[in-house]
Amino acid sequence: MTTETTITFTIDGQTIEGRAGQSIMDAADQAGIYIPRLCDVEGLHPQGSCRVCTVKANGRSTASCTQPIEEGLEVENETRELRNYRRDLVRMLFHEGNHLCPICEASGNCELQAMAYRLGITQASKFPYLQPVRPLDASHPDIALDTNRCIRCGRCIRASKDIDGKHVFGYVGRGIEKQVGVNGSKLSKTNVSIEDYAISPDVCPVGCIIRKGEGFKTPIGARKYDQSIIGTDKKQPGN
Amino acid sequence: MTTDNQHDLITDICTRYGNDKGRMLDILTAVQERLRCIDETSMHTIADTIGCSRIEVEGVVTFYSFFSVERKGDITIRLCDDIVDRFAGMKEISMIFEEELGIKLGQTSDDGRFSIDHAACIGMCDQAPAALINDVVITSLTPESARDIAQKLKTGTPPQELLNSVGDGNNAHELIRAMVNNNIRRFGEVLFDDANTGKGLKQALHQSPQDIIEQVIESGLRGCGGAGFPTGRKWSMAANTPATERYVICNADEGEPGTFKDRVLLTERAELVIEGMTIAARAIASTQGIIYLRGEYAYLKPYLEACLQSQRDSNFLGKNIGNVDGFDFDIRIQLGAGAYICGEESSLISSCEGLRGEPKNRPPYPVEKGYLDCPTLVNNVETFACIARIIERGAQWFNSIGTDDSSGTKLISISGDCDRPGVYELPYGTTVHELLKLAGAEQAAAVQVGGPSGQMIDPTAYGRKICFEDLPTGGAIIVFGSHRNILEIVEYYLDFFISESCGYCTPCRVGNVFLKERIGKIRKGFAELMDLDYLRELSNTVIQTSRCGLGQTSPKPVISSMDNFPLVYSALLKEHPDGMRASFDIQKTLEESRHLAKRRSHIFDTSYDN
Ligand SMILES: Cc1cc2nc3c(=O)[nH]c(=O)nc-3n(C[C@H](O)[C@H](O)[C@H](O)COP(=O)(O)O)c2cc1C
Ligand code: SF4
Ligand code: SF4
Ligand code: SF4
Ligand code: FES
Repeated sequence: MTTETTITFTIDGQTIEGRAGQSIMDAADQAGIYIPRLCDVEGLHPQGSCRVCTVKANGRSTASCTQPIEEGLEVENETRELRNYRRDLVRMLFHEGNHLCPICEASGNCELQAMAYRLGITQASKFPYLQPVRPLDASHPDIALDTNRCIRCGRCIRASKDIDGKHVFGYVGRGIEKQVGVNGSKLSKTNVSIEDYAISPDVCPVGCIIRKGEGFKTPIGARKYDQSIIGTDKKQPGN
Repeated sequence: MTTDNQHDLITDICTRYGNDKGRMLDILTAVQERLRCIDETSMHTIADTIGCSRIEVEGVVTFYSFFSVERKGDITIRLCDDIVDRFAGMKEISMIFEEELGIKLGQTSDDGRFSIDHAACIGMCDQAPAALINDVVITSLTPESARDIAQKLKTGTPPQELLNSVGDGNNAHELIRAMVNNNIRRFGEVLFDDANTGKGLKQALHQSPQDIIEQVIESGLRGCGGAGFPTGRKWSMAANTPATERYVICNADEGEPGTFKDRVLLTERAELVIEGMTIAARAIASTQGIIYLRGEYAYLKPYLEACLQSQRDSNFLGKNIGNVDGFDFDIRIQLGAGAYICGEESSLISSCEGLRGEPKNRPPYPVEKGYLDCPTLVNNVETFACIARIIERGAQWFNSIGTDDSSGTKLISISGDCDRPGVYELPYGTTVHELLKLAGAEQAAAVQVGGPSGQMIDPTAYGRKICFEDLPTGGAIIVFGSHRNILEIVEYYLDFFISESCGYCTPCRVGNVFLKERIGKIRKGFAELMDLDYLRELSNTVIQTSRCGLGQTSPKPVISSMDNFPLVYSALLKEHPDGMRASFDIQKTLEESRHLAKRRSHIFDTSYDN
């Protein structure tokens, strides 16, 4: 097994080549095709939890970030049906937390907000707002955690565990009460550091992990997704 | 308890389980039992002793409903909150306990003696209302017996001494001594036919693994846990994955509300189940097995341990089984801790590994990469019992029972509005009507086939057959009379899925809450025609995008009741000649459901302050 097996399949009718063992999403990225995503990010193990990357593979819906490619697989990505599911999922993420974009410092850099724009979510939503009461942890001198905006994507958990080797974050609770907890009674009781990869702007897709003192460094209007729609950077569709 | 004592107690418990992180569930169960909670200090001590982070311990503690960070009473009363128990008068029973013990549901008395909580279905629907008092099962509660029990508990009677009588069959065994009844109403030709066991395994000793698998394939046996996957195919996949170790796991989590047949099998035919597991071990070359026993059935554990020991004593488990050189296999019991999702096979494996009971990403499937990353066979209790009979009496014999695509018999648990609730062993292909007749429920207005994740059918469908070609079921049949409110049932089932969702994926975690909100709106008469479209679309998103079987089936009560009982819905819809939409207060609804669930939410309580 010295040569890599090439696998040929299609996405929305377009023929793509990938390597055996690759996920649909990774193969799509390599071919310059963007599949919407929130919990998956370059450099971390896929988790398969947000389900925004749902595609149809031979007619069956599946998360493209965890589903391996197969020879001859027919993948649907940009269809009306899938767009509707994705819209519902993104709305669910908005509605289970508390999001007030105009006063949020992540606005413009936020992947959730950018995904809503991409999917054309503009109208008032049909879903109810759950309005949870969630705490703000500002105990640490350099870092604050506003869990009102957390989408439970687990990117901070994986980054801290797999990259920083630290376990600063972890899931607690189950069901709708599932949330991200820290390895101590509060953030200042953990060994987190502003230098951690888990705290870097690449990890938290929303405005939950806040680097104190850096807010509004880039003015609103000049931020990442103010420039271009999420997933339209052709060189790196995953960013 | 002093800090030093607590520290020693915990490190002793950890030592008992080899300071093995993989045995986290057992460690937490023991700590919870002794200290009645797993507090901040305990979590730290456990983490330090077994070598993991505190947040990992907290993650597991807060996942299972039998563990708590806050101290629970020395005596914890868990009232079964299943719909059948509710309809059987649980509300009154619960008020009596609250009144006598001076605490509300969800509370612990100031002196630390008592707590009252709700439990999801505890597998006693045929003898509802039922409760767990610590590990002791109390069945067929009446207002009088509830008051009597509460008063005895107050005067210091230990839970085990509350029993005035013991149930039938092995329930009276000295190692069980439970007031639970088997209620076996029909003894079929496969499982309840013959109490003598061991013949299947003796045959298997002289057969090659490949031969055994061939017979299982030929028998047509399909998994009895609900999904109906062909058992032989599963076995050959596990056997054909190259590995140095493989595992055999018996799924005795039986959490689907309305199912209790595995409890009866474990009580009356435990040896047959163990025999089936041992045959599986021979077929796939495994040396270690696990019985994952739901925490609610902890009262069966000493008896099952004794059964395992007697199998070892007869050389049916252990080293060189049946004097076959190199055939080594042994089984341990893993106790669950209150989580329906742990019945899903990959969650069950996570749980056996001492993790939060969350499903794993698939592929790889458990038969390729399961427990401790080894190929793992997970089968239901009943499936293993069938295996022992198939090897004993032949694949042809088994295949000749039942229908074309569903061979053999099926254990059906029937409960609800019927005269003869209990367990029926019937060949596949039996119609719902025949079943209802046997159970004394011919007047049924609605029948839930397969528990909440199954379908709710109306009388026009009673001619349909119980089998994979028509109405598949893991065995739960719940009967509802015409005096029951269909939407109350649907709302209850959604409540069940909301509290049992693991929360891993967005659609199931959030979508079920939204479904319930809208059913609540309909029940209150605030809904319009468009709300039905909303329910269908939302259900579809949840089904299509959820990560595991729980979310992929949780909207089924909504869909099947809308399909089969459309008049129930349309009668409640509101007309709006002025075109205005009725308003709806989500916080008010959540508050009401919190009140019903008797559970305080740290996330959704507006009074919660940090
Ligand atoms: C949410 C959920 C709960 C389940 N609970 C159980 C259970 O309690 N017992 C069981 O045998 N199977 C249960 N299953 C099915 C298992 O995942 C698995 O299919 C089964 O144990 C395989 O055994 P079988 O093929 O012998 O049926 C459940 C599945 C899901 C999705
Ligand atoms: S986290 Fe994102 S979606 Fe939420 S308020 Fe901030 S910008 Fe808006
Ligand atoms: S804090 Fe941020 S990175 Fe972590 S789970 Fe929440 S949204 Fe994801
Ligand atoms: S569907 Fe998703 S949230 Fe629901 S139990 Fe399965 S993995 Fe957990
Ligand atoms: S990106 Fe695939 S599930 Fe989140």
